Amino acid sequence: MAEAHLRVFRGDAAGGDFRDYRVDWQPGEVVLDVLFRLQATQAPDLAIRWNCKAGKCGSCSAEVNGMPRLTCMTRMNLFAEGEPITVGPMRTFPLLRDLVTDVSWNYEVAKRIPPLQLKPPEADGTYRMQQADIDRPQEFHKCIECWLCQNTCHVIRDHPDNKQHFIGPRFFIKVAALDMHPLDTGDRREFIHDSGGVGFCNITKCCTEVCPEHIEITDNAIIPMKERVVDQKYDPLGALLRLVTGK
Amino acid sequence: METHETHECDVLVVGAGGAGLRAAIESAALGAKTALVCKSLLGKAHTVMAEGGVAAALGNVYPEDNWKVHFRDTMRGGKFLNNWRMAQLHAQESPERVLELERWGALFDRTPDGRILQRDFGGHRYARLAHVGDRTGLEIIRTLQYHAIHQPIEVFMECFVTRLLVAGGRIAGAFGYRRESGDLLLFKAKAVILATGGIGKAYQYTSNSWEYTGDGQALAYWAGADLQDMEFVQFHPTGMVWPPSVRGILVTEGVRGDGGVLRNAKNERFMFKYIPELFRAETADTEAEADRWYDQHEGNRRTPDLLPRDEVARAINAEVKAGRGTPHGGVFLDIASRRPADYIKRRLPSMYHQFKELADVDITKEPMEVGPTCHYMMGGVRVDGDTAASTLPGLFAAGEVAAGLHGANRLGGNSLSDLLVFGRRAGEGATVYAKSVKSAPPDPVHLAAAEQELTAPLQRTEGESPYTVHHALQEAMQTLVGIIRTESELQQALERLQALKARAAGVRVEGGRRYNPGWNLAIDLRSLLVVSEAITRAAIERKESRGAHTRNDFPATDAKFGAVNMVIRQRDGQMTLTPEPRPEMPADLKQLLEEK
Repeated sequence: MAEAHLRVFRGDAAGGDFRDYRVDWQPGEVVLDVLFRLQATQAPDLAIRWNCKAGKCGSCSAEVNGMPRLTCMTRMNLFAEGEPITVGPMRTFPLLRDLVTDVSWNYEVAKRIPPLQLKPPEADGTYRMQQADIDRPQEFHKCIECWLCQNTCHVIRDHPDNKQHFIGPRFFIKVAALDMHPLDTGDRREFIHDSGGVGFCNITKCCTEVCPEHIEITDNAIIPMKERVVDQKYDPLGALLRLVTGK
Repeated sequence: METHETHECDVLVVGAGGAGLRAAIESAALGAKTALVCKSLLGKAHTVMAEGGVAAALGNVYPEDNWKVHFRDTMRGGKFLNNWRMAQLHAQESPERVLELERWGALFDRTPDGRILQRDFGGHRYARLAHVGDRTGLEIIRTLQYHAIHQPIEVFMECFVTRLLVAGGRIAGAFGYRRESGDLLLFKAKAVILATGGIGKAYQYTSNSWEYTGDGQALAYWAGADLQDMEFVQFHPTGMVWPPSVRGILVTEGVRGDGGVLRNAKNERFMFKYIPELFRAETADTEAEADRWYDQHEGNRRTPDLLPRDEVARAINAEVKAGRGTPHGGVFLDIASRRPADYIKRRLPSMYHQFKELADVDITKEPMEVGPTCHYMMGGVRVDGDTAASTLPGLFAAGEVAAGLHGANRLGGNSLSDLLVFGRRAGEGATVYAKSVKSAPPDPVHLAAAEQELTAPLQRTEGESPYTVHHALQEAMQTLVGIIRTESELQQALERLQALKARAAGVRVEGGRRYNPGWNLAIDLRSLLVVSEAITRAAIERKESRGAHTRNDFPATDAKFGAVNMVIRQRDGQMTLTPEPRPEMPADLKQLLEEK
């Protein structure tokens, strides 16, 4: 057993601060293990949100030494011996208590995404899809909704007001998955331009960097989406022609 | 009494995994005013962790597959203790439930001709599991979740139901609280569907998340409904064993379905030594035949690595006990030496990721170390197969919390299909029932008692920590009511459980009501103790070995016990157990079991 120096945020919307704890840890453990030990021995009411502890549910998101991460997938041996490990809540969402934030905005946005519009089946009543055609949307389906990309995106992290007209990286890949779905007939370009706010993204790729599922959010979803919107919305030659001909 | 935030609905669904979501979608579609309560955020329920696939006899890979073969496999896997009506409905309806998910947007892996691909799994005669790599549960829960949010379903996230309310012998609603604020909640409902999942947190080493504390089984029990088959706890043969902090995390059966094999420390493929009589005729007895079977089922028999889970878990346990285990007390699961690296990464991406990140093991280069982990509860609320109705009017149950479909042992892949088939049936059953009754007013005395029980741990000024009591409970269940059982240890467990009950009744919770995990755990202890006692009592009574229930002192299967279910109910505050005869199977289904 070694001893870790943890600095954990304790507090709520009214205020709080990072508190120092000394907690034992064993080889092979992750930050969440050490938070559990802290909870069981010194801080029984420490608020943590977690479920699977296997990197599959995306509940235990936090900021570890300032980096947005899943605490269940952050190995303790990442840190030098004796180095203080700071664990704080995701900063983009309103704080509930300690490490738990109010992520309900994401669930509100989810409802606004225009759902799948199914095309009619083949003549034999089945739906056929080729694996090559679903590889890309399957990549987006890997999303575990940990909200780390939403937390990191400076469009909302630094400008909370943008939450009204910007859906964030998680939902760009949701829209992209629907758009690339072989059975979908919907057209979401208006939505993504007007209420989705894809134009706010200036491709800094911070979302891609923090994605625990290693989804190429920017390159594979957002950039092609910007191109599709531009194809429809930006047509300088046509605008010039309309100006000249008056039609 | 405090004021309660009160909500009224026709159908209240408790739990938002696959079964709860599918039930809510159905009841909303049929016009019932539907509310859905879940302990976590939406989409985080345990279904998200299911890996290998959903079993459905689509016949896309082997056209000779059909519901009759699936029914037979399920009954044999369950050692014939299954509710045959449920096994029949499940096998018949799961293909349509899978295709329905596809219409709702799920993207399963494909065959070369563009249909849903199916993979081999333990106990299934044909490649039958529709899947998405090794993250099928994620695909299913996300599909259901995004379908459900566009339906008229009111969702209550991070809320906890602590008591069902019964009036005049039928369901009147449910009582609980919001985890975020600690505020009290009252649901007036004509019908309640339990879809709360399993009990894994009663054990030390488990693949289950914190939510799996036996809530639904205990809620039903306290409300007066019957439980059955509680002695059958599935230990999945392959959980991670190292490092200690990840011990128990699931390693999908898909590894073996895709060509991985089990070896002991002497590099022997030991499963060939553990082929039971029931499966001998259809299991390969040489490595060469087993390896040929992966590519060509016709003319070859299946590998013993893919025997049902109870058989494999016992075999691993025996190898380790005999001193042929790995350095960390498991056995080796080797796919590295048998399949190319890019195939492994494509078929098993999250296993690759999980071992790389958590154990520094590259599964394309070296074998994994695995051992049994508490995974699934076959028993639970006794239900009617067609309607998912429990023995208490107005109470329904679907998914892991319900008993019957899986008998004494569940086949891999049959859980995800269970959720879909019986989730839908519960939604329908509850709606039909709710339309036939007027709502019953909850009894204020019951409400006051529920409130007192909930807040008492916060008001104590002294008492033990709930964490300490929980650890002691897990230790007792792991060591005394685990994979191999014996009378003296089970009796010892009962004594320890009595003592733990007293300790749990006196726990003290520090801090306030807002998002306090210590308080949540103090409440969970009540249900964990109920299910632990039920498991232990039923295990004592079943003096035979069958499926997941293995008795050292009664190693043989006994036909006398094959004719009964162990039924548990609360009467006058006491837990009672009655062996009850099982309904006779119709001749046409019997015939299916006898076919080769």
